[in-house]
Amino acid sequence: MSRSLRTLGACLLGALVVAWAVFPLYYALVTSVTPSGRLFDVGWWPAGWTAASYAGVFREQPFALNILNSVVVATGVVGVSLLLGLTSAYALSRIEFRGRGMLLGVVLGVSMFPQVAVLAGMFELIRWLGLYNSRSGLGLSYLILTLPFTVWLLTTFMRDVPRELEEAAIMDGATPWAIVTRIFVPLMAPALVSTGLLAFVAAWNEFLFALTLTLTEDTRTVPVAVALMSGASAHELPWGRIMAASVVVSVPIVLLVLALQRRIVAGLTAGAIRG
Amino acid sequence: MLVALTLAAAWPLTRTVWLSFTDASLADPAGHALIGLRNYLGYEDGIWFGVLADPEWWRAVSNTLVFTALSVSLEACLGVAVALVLNASFPGRGLVRAAVLVPWAVPTIVSAKMWAWMLNDQFGVVNRSLLALGLIDTPLAWTADPHLAMAAVVMVDVWKTTPFVALLVLAALQMIPEQCYEAARLDGAGPLQQFAYITLPLIRPALTVAVIFRALDGLRVFDLIYVLTSHSPDTMSMSVYARQQLVDFQDLGYGSAASTLLFLVVALCTVVLIGGTRLHLAAQVQR
Repeated sequence: MSRSLRTLGACLLGALVVAWAVFPLYYALVTSVTPSGRLFDVGWWPAGWTAASYAGVFREQPFALNILNSVVVATGVVGVSLLLGLTSAYALSRIEFRGRGMLLGVVLGVSMFPQVAVLAGMFELIRWLGLYNSRSGLGLSYLILTLPFTVWLLTTFMRDVPRELEEAAIMDGATPWAIVTRIFVPLMAPALVSTGLLAFVAAWNEFLFALTLTLTEDTRTVPVAVALMSGASAHELPWGRIMAASVVVSVPIVLLVLALQRRIVAGLTAGAIRG
Repeated sequence: MLVALTLAAAWPLTRTVWLSFTDASLADPAGHALIGLRNYLGYEDGIWFGVLADPEWWRAVSNTLVFTALSVSLEACLGVAVALVLNASFPGRGLVRAAVLVPWAVPTIVSAKMWAWMLNDQFGVVNRSLLALGLIDTPLAWTADPHLAMAAVVMVDVWKTTPFVALLVLAALQMIPEQCYEAARLDGAGPLQQFAYITLPLIRPALTVAVIFRALDGLRVFDLIYVLTSHSPDTMSMSVYARQQLVDFQDLGYGSAASTLLFLVVALCTVVLIGGTRLHLAAQVQR
């Protein structure tokens, strides 16, 4: 009796958690399909169905280009972070050298940097490189956010790979590069997916650099595009379109995260618990 | 290459610190002169000036501290509660565990916008529901009212980041052996005692880590506040203040000074928090 009662209670609490977690996204969806004229009679269900808001998002600004920017930048950042992260992690976890512990500490320290603290210097650097208002400039600045935790995570994951495997490879005359690509990459594929996903989410969601280091509508990433969306006047925000854009931005990333939720949780907890 | 990595991260920071001692402007960063500490604090003609003499800066500092303290403590409590629910066995648990990831995955900007709409004073679903339930008589201006704006910002942050805390705590909960609870039950411990004497001590390391991560994030908060309440002095955080000086007022030197101060605050907190937990973790190992 008490057991089934407890299960029922957990079920109810679980339902509450689901509702709390999903409702804002659901409500954004409702708003985005409601015709703009009926937006102001608030309801739990869509008062009508229309795709006008979605069409508006893409018509009123170069939103497709914004999405492309985000995809290109985030993918590039993930690729570079994983490559550099993997080789650095190999050095940090396998090669004995002076100050290794301190270096790891510094890497962790960098991930605690407030973004604003590097903003002025980053702005100057990007301008000096002639990359202001460009995708590559943005990608470069994101590395400072993603690299520290990529290195950190991959180092913790790499400690779990038995040394005997590499020792055998070294006996067979493999170079360090061959060891990384032939032994670590296949063995650490799940870890790479976890880390890559976290880096992707971080780059996709980044706002401060994207806001400051871009100038024109066509170089913006989606978070900036959503944040700066405005209507005919400052007091009249186009909520239908903003919500449509929000749905377009969130749904792919939510689906990606849900599809790979085990890997995400593994990445999040490995970094924190063992770190 | 690791050295290069470190340099790449250290360079912009060094430049920021350097610029904070100059009168550089954003329009022309190259032409600047050293002006010493005048961006931080100066005294001329009977007037104090500089970041440290700006009441708005101190307002931003206190806002940030209040925001961090409130949101982190709420997230810790709710995070543990959610983790306990996720750890219980009931039909549909997988669905709940998946749903919890949704707020974490939604971009911060988007969640800020979604909540801004839900909290809209005239057409927001939150006000309508509260009115319908008879809890309030007039619609509340959540993001504009000085007393409510902070609550609104904290609420959105709690929604967005409680999953992170919950997932870390859940990972720790799953590692507690069932035998501990069986032994406790045999000794006649009730659910509350079991929670206080078994669950809480065993999840404490994970919870501490989560709280540290969250606290450091809280001190740096930018995007949520920027989108939800913009430059309203009631919620402006240190990061928002620094960026406003830097970009909107084009004052590279002054903004850099504010950024450097923020960096020092965060660095100090990092050292204190991590130092504190090291000791704590060492004590755990000894036991």
